Amino acid sequence: MADKNGFFDLSKTALTRRTALKGLAAGAGLAVAPGFVRYSQAQSSAPIKIGFQSHRTGIGAAYGRWYEKTTAAAVKAINAAGGINGRQVEVIIEDDGTDPGRGAEVVGKFATQHKTDIVFGTLFSHVVIGSAPAAGENKMPYFVVSEGHHVASTKLNRYVFQPGITDVKSQIQSMAPWIAANAGKKVTQIFPDFAFGYDHRDYLPPALKAQGAEVIAQIAIPPTESSFTKYFPQIPPETEVIYHVMVGPAVLTFVKELGEFYGSNRPQLFGFIDSLEATDINSPGLEFLDGSHFWEGSPRYAQPDDSAAQKAYRAAVGIDDNGAAVGDPKDVSTAAHMFGCWETLYVVKKAMEDAGYKGPEDRAKLVEATEALTAFAEGPEHPQGAKTFNGKIHQCFGIQNISKVEGGKLKVVHKTKIEDGLYEAEGDYTTQAL
Amino acid sequence: MHFGPHLLLAALEGLVTSAVLALTALGLSLVFGVMRVVNVAHGEFFMLGAVLAWAITTAIGGHPALGFLAALVIAPLIVGAIALVAERLVLRRLNYNPEATIVATIGMLYIIQQLALTFYGPEARPVEPPFSYRILLPWFGYSGYKLSIIAASALILIASWLVLTRTRIGLIMRATQYDSETAQAFGIPVGRVYGGVFALGAMLAAIAAVLIVPISQAHYLMGQDPLLLSFIVVIIGGLGSLRGTVVAAVLIGMSDGIVSMFFSPTLAKIIATLLVAMVLVFRPQGLFGTASR
Repeated sequence: MADKNGFFDLSKTALTRRTALKGLAAGAGLAVAPGFVRYSQAQSSAPIKIGFQSHRTGIGAAYGRWYEKTTAAAVKAINAAGGINGRQVEVIIEDDGTDPGRGAEVVGKFATQHKTDIVFGTLFSHVVIGSAPAAGENKMPYFVVSEGHHVASTKLNRYVFQPGITDVKSQIQSMAPWIAANAGKKVTQIFPDFAFGYDHRDYLPPALKAQGAEVIAQIAIPPTESSFTKYFPQIPPETEVIYHVMVGPAVLTFVKELGEFYGSNRPQLFGFIDSLEATDINSPGLEFLDGSHFWEGSPRYAQPDDSAAQKAYRAAVGIDDNGAAVGDPKDVSTAAHMFGCWETLYVVKKAMEDAGYKGPEDRAKLVEATEALTAFAEGPEHPQGAKTFNGKIHQCFGIQNISKVEGGKLKVVHKTKIEDGLYEAEGDYTTQAL
Repeated sequence: MHFGPHLLLAALEGLVTSAVLALTALGLSLVFGVMRVVNVAHGEFFMLGAVLAWAITTAIGGHPALGFLAALVIAPLIVGAIALVAERLVLRRLNYNPEATIVATIGMLYIIQQLALTFYGPEARPVEPPFSYRILLPWFGYSGYKLSIIAASALILIASWLVLTRTRIGLIMRATQYDSETAQAFGIPVGRVYGGVFALGAMLAAIAAVLIVPISQAHYLMGQDPLLLSFIVVIIGGLGSLRGTVVAAVLIGMSDGIVSMFFSPTLAKIIATLLVAMVLVFRPQGLFGTASR
């Protein structure tokens, strides 16, 4: 292409000494102008800045959207009640593209460009694992609302916390007795071929074995796969339970194809709701799920015994009794996970208040104050249920729901106890230097 | 499962993949063959077809077949119109310069993807198949709709072949492909042919997407896989060769189905890529392509 306008002709755009001086003068003038240093003079009145690493695009986008809605609702409630330490909370959102590399960049951007007080929010395990080193290097407290065992395994670093949602190891351990007693003893696992899936692969067999059941086959599926029929012949015929935990946009296809393959003559199904998050259970092809069971962190459908706190939370985040956006029944939420954003923000609030947090120089104090937390009572701040927190592994423990698909709805049939999900800590973050 | 039924299932899955792949790759091949434009945005036209199919079926309601048939007609037309506009606004202004059009279509890819994210959203949404009939084999069930995709694709391929070889439009397209300057000298409106071919290529991708959307779902990122596989098919089959496209699509689809079922899906992708490398080394024009003049 011809460079008619001379865009690439450097001789035309070179800086003259005069322009450079002008620019410098203007820059210096801006820096001393009133307003520019306002917040450094009166830091106590500046808002607390929370960097939100959101899955706006990529395979986690549906989660990202609802995580943002939940976060906005929680921040609104916190600010209406006076903020944190008398300061308002401001959320700055950056898209991580559900990509580990981008995730790490976003953490760096929050640290150096936005200068946020903490980073918060992300879900997908590979993004958490990819971003954790950046949080450690920048000494940036990083509160994730993920699910994998990555935080609790103590393989990350002291700046990473997961205080608002339980991890897969705990979830599996607390549900295994129910699966063995009610669904069947011979289990075939189908899981996504990456970090989150590996937690299921590694922790289900021992958990089931302790209950006298066994995993007879494990089928890993690439997370970008869009068709699944070809994997089904690997399911052994003697399978009594298919344990499925799939993520990403193709999950609906997975269930539909499973339905075509088996018809009514299927083994029991036990799934993680991840296989259906943000998906209408009454979608064509999903009739096949009728009578099967799901894990839910927080129930999608309003239950008859919902607490006042749960009802208030649902109203605040704007979901109806079916877990869809108020006013748009087709916009199904990620209810089973997104409560974690709400609860994590209240944990941050509590820890900042305990630490007397004033600004980024108090980040180490914030880490220690978070580690000192031990329990969260059920209530408006923790609508999903009571939790304990282990400061050594930065992980909370709570209850799990097992729900049955009945008449196109999910009905909670079993709630586990906190103790069911407790396990021996694998390490201790508090021994790491800050 | 025993070997026989296992192989049958693998073959069926492979054939469905082949059918959709042949249509998508044909669009890519036509555009390159006639215009010498490597359309990197081809996968996004595929995605648009699926997303529009969802929009149309949701808007129409009633019996699923009604909405589906409407989508099968309307979605490709809309996608074709969008492609035509893009061709007029972008590719023509670049004089179809091969390097410039690659960059331009990469830009189109991102623009279309972001627009889909903005207006359609990040969710994967289902489209109901026009009919749901489960073929019950002794060993497993199989979707009747999936089999109908193979038939539909075969019909469209035959129709494309007839258009290309037996009609005046096909003749004009072939003339433009063979030598656009001479064609212009003989009064063929090459500019309009280019516009039409680009739209047609996009429409073929859209048709493939409408066919597949009831068994997959509409999602704004779904264009990547078909793009990559189409490129593989086009390279193996030979650019601009309809026969090559079909043969390569069947080859890639079947190997994907069978290898990924008996071994692993990653191995299937490795084999496909290796096949591309081998073809490029030993027969750069593709299995059925003609050597460049």
